[in-house]
Amino acid sequence: MRIDAREMHYRELNQRIQEAVAAGERSLELVNVNGQRYIGDGLRDDVQIVIEGVPGNDLGAFMDGPTIRVRGNAQDAVANTMNAGRIVVEGQAGDVLGYGMRGGELLVRGRVGYRVGIHMKAYRDKRPVIVAGGTAGDFLGEYMAGGLLIVLGLERRREEPLVGDWCATGMHGGALYLRGEVEPWRVASESAEVRLTEDSDREEIRPHVEAFCQAFGLDSKEVMREQFLRIAPTSHRPYGAKYAT
Amino acid sequence: MSTTTRDSDIRGRKARKAQRGARVQGYRPADFVWRRDADRCALCKRCVQQCGFDAISWENEPVADPAKCVGCHRCEAMCPQRAITIEPNPQYLRPHPLWTESHRKNLWLQAETGGVLVSGMGNDLPYPIIWDSLLLDACQVTNPSIDPLREPMELRTYLGRRPDQVEVAMTLEGPDLAAELPPNLELAVPVLFAAMSYGSISLNAQKAIAMAAEELGTYWNTGEGGLHEDLKPYAHRAFVQCASGRFGVTVDYLNSGAAVEIKIGQGAKPGIGGHLPGEKVSAEVSETRMIPVGSDALSPAPQHDIYSIEDLRQLIYALKEATNYEKPVSVKIAAVHNVAAIASGIVRAGADIVYLDGFRGGTGAAPTIIRDHLGIPIEIAVAVVDQQLREEGIRNQASLIAAGGIRSSADAAKAIALGADAVALGTAALLALGCTLCQKCYTGRCSWGITTQDPALTRRLDPYVGSRRLVNLVRAWAAELEEILGAMGVNAIESLRGSRERLRAVGLDRTTMDVMGVKPAGVGA
Repeated sequence: MRIDAREMHYRELNQRIQEAVAAGERSLELVNVNGQRYIGDGLRDDVQIVIEGVPGNDLGAFMDGPTIRVRGNAQDAVANTMNAGRIVVEGQAGDVLGYGMRGGELLVRGRVGYRVGIHMKAYRDKRPVIVAGGTAGDFLGEYMAGGLLIVLGLERRREEPLVGDWCATGMHGGALYLRGEVEPWRVASESAEVRLTEDSDREEIRPHVEAFCQAFGLDSKEVMREQFLRIAPTSHRPYGAKYAT
Repeated sequence: MSTTTRDSDIRGRKARKAQRGARVQGYRPADFVWRRDADRCALCKRCVQQCGFDAISWENEPVADPAKCVGCHRCEAMCPQRAITIEPNPQYLRPHPLWTESHRKNLWLQAETGGVLVSGMGNDLPYPIIWDSLLLDACQVTNPSIDPLREPMELRTYLGRRPDQVEVAMTLEGPDLAAELPPNLELAVPVLFAAMSYGSISLNAQKAIAMAAEELGTYWNTGEGGLHEDLKPYAHRAFVQCASGRFGVTVDYLNSGAAVEIKIGQGAKPGIGGHLPGEKVSAEVSETRMIPVGSDALSPAPQHDIYSIEDLRQLIYALKEATNYEKPVSVKIAAVHNVAAIASGIVRAGADIVYLDGFRGGTGAAPTIIRDHLGIPIEIAVAVVDQQLREEGIRNQASLIAAGGIRSSADAAKAIALGADAVALGTAALLALGCTLCQKCYTGRCSWGITTQDPALTRRLDPYVGSRRLVNLVRAWAAELEEILGAMGVNAIESLRGSRERLRAVGLDRTTMDVMGVKPAGVGA
């Protein structure tokens, strides 16, 4: 089913998506999308959505199952508190991606902005994964409580940092993988530690890097050839010693 | 900024962290003395079993370690022989008006540990209590009072957005509302239960509260702890919270509740996040919060996706979209200096309910210094917010809940007269469940089974008995509210809302009265 979103308010667009899904539609193509917010918000079921254009903030918020592919850039707060599903962005994406994300996958071909993966968490078989093809801004993985955050830094410009400052501040779960070098002062040393990856670590990320490369037609062997750093929390209780008891 | 500065900064932080662990013991006098009447004592050991803080040990007779006694009175209450008394430790230190006992003890504890002081429950410093400087009006001669024993009294109220105007259309059956009304919650009494998460309180405590809300025709609030399986039957009576940790927040959770609440702040700790210590994250708590067992449940101080009113609007509408615009969205904030402008922004951002929590509001755990020194009184906050929203002509767009130190039906009536639609009870509800305000919630060792996850302690709280006590409390307050309304010659609680003319101040300064829009006693209409 094809929906032309030209000059359509988000509320109408999302209502039409909800109605189509409720009527049993499992494949949707949204064209002329231009900043409409909340696409896929709270959507369940095995639905495939392809978006032509730039969806607005909170794409896939609270989403629980569907697959969304964006043929363009995405804005802020993609995959906010997402529980399950898959979002693939062919361009770049903005700030606060994957806030409180509990499950599913977010693959962004290009750069991602500030505050990505804040308070991502894992629970039982749920393990959220974010793969950014480009570089990431400040506060990457802040308060991270679970899941996997992978930054590949592909086509990185000279002098362009792989990640911004204050990476992994307050981190207390999950793991961050950075492909390439990072200046030590960018990583919050009081909550996390950085080390080179071992073979077992690379096995941990390999399926996700392969999925990413497959989604964008890249050679995963080439991508995996590079050295990765692994950032993991030093404690599940980063502030346990802070209080007088 | 050069790399070297950063490195030395990090080294400094690491050094400070390392030093924190170095505990230096010292003398700190006990808060309480524990006395046992040996003639009465039957040596039954019950006090030893009952103490959640391991303060009483058995050495052929019960022996108490005063340093561990928190004064919760559980042993005393459970002693079948009434042989135990707990008293404040008598004048052991020379009194000093500046260096009070608590300042000295806190200072010594910090000298020992190097840590941030932590407390449970609400601010315990003697700031002025404005409720006690406000008096309600009553009818005499010229405006008759109403006898609640024989006249119907209306305590029912609604929470949510009201339309700007009512449009009525004629149908074949007669006049009817032309437009669909926004979702509203019906409360049989203008009293709700405040947000207290499973994790901060026990499941039995939350069950008692949920059951009472159901029976009373009012609402309870999940706090930021998700919704336990056992409480799903009561979800239609719940505000389900979505806060910075997003614990247990799924689309099903959001749709299971009666209303969705975005928690920005809490009166006991404005601007501070929540740290549920890993020790309290048991297997069951982990399921409800959807995080691993033993992991700290950290709610960051701000929601890192909300840095402005526009961002708040984005989340409000994300939640409305996720719940098909069927649930009112509440935004809970701590009462702070600029509360009126903030509340106005919240209403304009699309909130249907604004929940104001005053500086005396309770907490499971907060840095003591924050709890005791930040925020403003709820009495002032509710008055200025109501006034601001009225002046802007947007008071109908949202309802106001006032919380943070509502101790009696009189406080509730005064809050409503100052502009609240309803009040929320946190501390009062826990007191009804047996809490004695020992303020040790953060230890997770509550001997009364309220703020603990230890099964040996939580089973002490029977949710059915607890619910009975809560229902009794709120029914008693409702009866008193009817008496108050009758005396004032008002037959509906909604008629009292924002009716500051029916309040007079005694002993408040001119400026405070002006800010609150309340006249001094002795000045007529």
